Amino acid sequence: MPVPPTLHYFLDPGRCIGCNACVQACAECDTHRGQSMMQLDFIDHARSPQTVPVICMHCDTPTCAEVCPADAIKRTEDGVVHTARKPRCIACNNCVLACPFGVPKMNNAANLMMKCDLCYDRTSQGLKPMCASVCPSGALWFGTEEEIRELRPASKTNREFRFGGQTITTRVRVMVPKDRAETHLDVTASLRRSRDADPMLDAMYDEGSP
Amino acid sequence: MADPNANPRPGGPVDEATAPNLEPQTEPVPYPPRDVARMEAPPDPPPSDPFGPHAAYPTGRRLDTGVVPDRLVNTHCCYCGQQCGIRLKVKDDEVLGFEPWYDFPFNKGKLCPKGIKRYLQSGHPDRLLHAYERDADAPGGFREMPYARAIERVASEIDRIQSTYGNDAFAVLTGASLTSEKSYLMGKFAHMALRTANIDYNGRLCMVSAGGGNNLAFGVDRGANPWTDILRAEVVWASGANIAECAPITTDYVWQARENGGKLIIVDPRMTPIARTADLYLPVKPGRDVALFNGVLREMIAHDWIDHAFIERYTIGFDALARHVEPWTLDRTAEVTGVARKRIEAASELWGTAKTSFMMHSRGIEHSAHGVQNVLGAINLVLASGRIGRPYCGYSTITGQGNGQGAREHGSKKDQLPGMRELADPEARRYVAGVWGMDPDDLPQPGADAYEIFRKVAKDEIRGLLLICFNPLVSLPDNQFIRAQMERLEFFVTIDFFMSESARHSHVVLPGSLHEEDEGVVATNESRVVKINKCIDPPGEAKQDWRIIQDICRALGREEGFTFESPREIFDELRIASKGGKADYSGITYEKIEAQYGVFWPCYAESPEGEPIDHRGTPRMFEPGSWNPIAKGAGPFYFPDGKARFCRPNYFPPTEDTDDAYPLMLTTGRVISQFLSGTQTRRIGPLLDMYPTPRVELHPRLAAQLGVEDGAWVTVETRRGAMTLRAQVVRTIRPDTIFIPYHWASRRSANQLTLSAQDPISKIPEFKACAAKLRQARPDEIPEAADEPPVPRAHPRPEPAPERT
Repeated sequence: MPVPPTLHYFLDPGRCIGCNACVQACAECDTHRGQSMMQLDFIDHARSPQTVPVICMHCDTPTCAEVCPADAIKRTEDGVVHTARKPRCIACNNCVLACPFGVPKMNNAANLMMKCDLCYDRTSQGLKPMCASVCPSGALWFGTEEEIRELRPASKTNREFRFGGQTITTRVRVMVPKDRAETHLDVTASLRRSRDADPMLDAMYDEGSP
Repeated sequence: MADPNANPRPGGPVDEATAPNLEPQTEPVPYPPRDVARMEAPPDPPPSDPFGPHAAYPTGRRLDTGVVPDRLVNTHCCYCGQQCGIRLKVKDDEVLGFEPWYDFPFNKGKLCPKGIKRYLQSGHPDRLLHAYERDADAPGGFREMPYARAIERVASEIDRIQSTYGNDAFAVLTGASLTSEKSYLMGKFAHMALRTANIDYNGRLCMVSAGGGNNLAFGVDRGANPWTDILRAEVVWASGANIAECAPITTDYVWQARENGGKLIIVDPRMTPIARTADLYLPVKPGRDVALFNGVLREMIAHDWIDHAFIERYTIGFDALARHVEPWTLDRTAEVTGVARKRIEAASELWGTAKTSFMMHSRGIEHSAHGVQNVLGAINLVLASGRIGRPYCGYSTITGQGNGQGAREHGSKKDQLPGMRELADPEARRYVAGVWGMDPDDLPQPGADAYEIFRKVAKDEIRGLLLICFNPLVSLPDNQFIRAQMERLEFFVTIDFFMSESARHSHVVLPGSLHEEDEGVVATNESRVVKINKCIDPPGEAKQDWRIIQDICRALGREEGFTFESPREIFDELRIASKGGKADYSGITYEKIEAQYGVFWPCYAESPEGEPIDHRGTPRMFEPGSWNPIAKGAGPFYFPDGKARFCRPNYFPPTEDTDDAYPLMLTTGRVISQFLSGTQTRRIGPLLDMYPTPRVELHPRLAAQLGVEDGAWVTVETRRGAMTLRAQVVRTIRPDTIFIPYHWASRRSANQLTLSAQDPISKIPEFKACAAKLRQARPDEIPEAADEPPVPRAHPRPEPAPERT
């Protein structure tokens, strides 16, 4: 059964508390057999508790599949991009290098690229993926657009990303503040922003700090 | 002087000027001098030690795709006070994993990593399957003994010690992870079977400051609101509460309040994950919270941001409090707390002008020798605003342990009888003795607290100890003192499912039950009474804890009142014993819990007029017009006049403030992947991998000053001890403060360093503030392994998954 077209994955990194529930729960999905495909990134541990859960964005035109010389990565009609197929995957790492979101990881022991498959055994039955089921902060959430609109009145969804000249649309939606005018997220532009320009945080503990 | 922690009794009108409880006692209990016996921590047990701790990973059927469980058992997490609903997958006698319990209203399927991996404690290779007695020549220092002989030995030692030195010479220490049935039974066991005054519990390290403050201000010790009242609060204020790591599911409630337009104020010396995007972050110095609350209250009064009608109708003591906080000007508050004046002003305005709000606090303000004062400071802000007892107007501590609320209700505390009754209250003694079928005069009087019990061991006033659900060697402060006292005991028996560090000092260890091996109720953080359901039988000779206690009673020849056949029978007696008390469970049944997804106490079997009723329970306390057994309709609070009390909290600096020799403040706490003393979570591989061993957090400015780099070995010293560990340099902690998580044992235990000064009212120790120094470690101090000591693995790592099917 395909994943119902009304059910979507919503990602709000602003809510993430770095608890690793998603990482631990991913390994508990019945078909993942103890392997976690979830990544949790600290942006800069020394400077901030900000963490970002990284799941596969399930692109409409997945770069990982486009660069795969063995045609091992399949996107099903319901928009889910799957882990590489074992008989085809040649462990060349093209997908690992090419994915703009940095999602696919090479499992060297198995000679297989493994990534989030949206807990296909669950979502194709109408259940929530493990990570979005357990996430204590609501940074990861699975359901319909109507539900999220009601739950998150201060946010809106975005599914368009720019990486320099490349524009990608995804099945997964990212929550952004409602009052922002942008209709897309410019990922490479944010990389150019200086991380030192943070006088408030640097002076956080000083007398007379802002 | 009257016991300031005692509950008020019905009587005449209260004279505000002379009411004894409005300015409660503030001098801390002194900590013991250095000349008492102490014992330094040994190294960790070798990997060959049969009792571990070993790290378990999923193997076998737990990794197989398509294994169909025999059943899914609706139950709750075995860890914190949130008590998230979870469905455990059970096949044969094995817990294979979990499935989210989407229908349970508190967490709707959400879980933190501890709950997700908790199933790995089941079937663990370190699980105690037999009774053991100490034998230095046996592997791990213990040899198996038949269960029946172990029970006989325990009973004969209890009998010997009590008949030689008196009943009080045998003490009982219990814990707030036990179900309420077991907690009730432990109280009955100590007070009725052993007739010892000396029973206490590990909530002494957890919830008692909140309880002391709640009793003084509200007359009852319960979080006042369901968590749904957070959702539309205009302001959420959290003091000393690392919500993201210690109560992770609450995060969603807080974020949801913000999504609905609410503002968030976080007060903490560390910028914890919940503080990262707070509207206001107040980086208070450890141990200064009451100064901040008093300063904010003064601002509220100065700007008339107070609810005069509420204060007039529902409280007493405000005018004296207003005079009491007058000296707490913004400048003085800023100077004492280390928080910038502008932020105090901003917090006062946000809180003062809100129409709805939710005040939360946790161990950060409670783990203090002035913990009750801090709590009273927080409560004063709530009462002055008039925002309690209504939708989206709330107040609560965040409890730490699974039954953190329930275990403080039914008699395992040193001064308590079931139903939150006072052991010193003649009427309560008569009622409970009647339920138990004994003479009230035979009930002991209140005894020593959990720490004082060990001081009494040092003085030979206590010679024997029964320990259950508590690992004091890891969780009590200044634990070199505790270790020496454990060795001093003439007889020491522990009931546990793993060989905890404390159990290793016992003479006899009895194999108890894991959470999933028994049933019973717990009261969650919201005071929602929920039901833990049994999944599997205890393995080997292990027994459910209540059976072990009853076996001891039988061997003592004191089995009358200890012949229960099931937790349900114990619960039915608990309902009767709690009836008429503040924590009235008389209307709660296992069936009602299941039908309603939990029942909030008080839940009455009878109306005030004595008619049987079908009461749904009390989600929100202190609603206007509500009835309680103390006020009897006079008002919503649990005092004879129905009015809340404005107490006058006093500020004192931390008991051991910094000086030239020890210039830094050491504070301790938790990390997300470990739970309390780690007896369970240090045996779960995936959790250990997240954060294998403690590190000391310090600010980059302090690190630069000391020449310490991130990851370097450093030695932290206090007047109690020293420990060497790696530095974690982070900008998210005050530069004058360092932090160490406390979940580890022996030489990695932060409680080698902490201070045993205690709050005079709650007797909670001052875990959150003591003077320390930090320096680069000398080469001879660095552990030989020269890296994170690896935890021996109980299983091979799981093989990478082949192609999914």
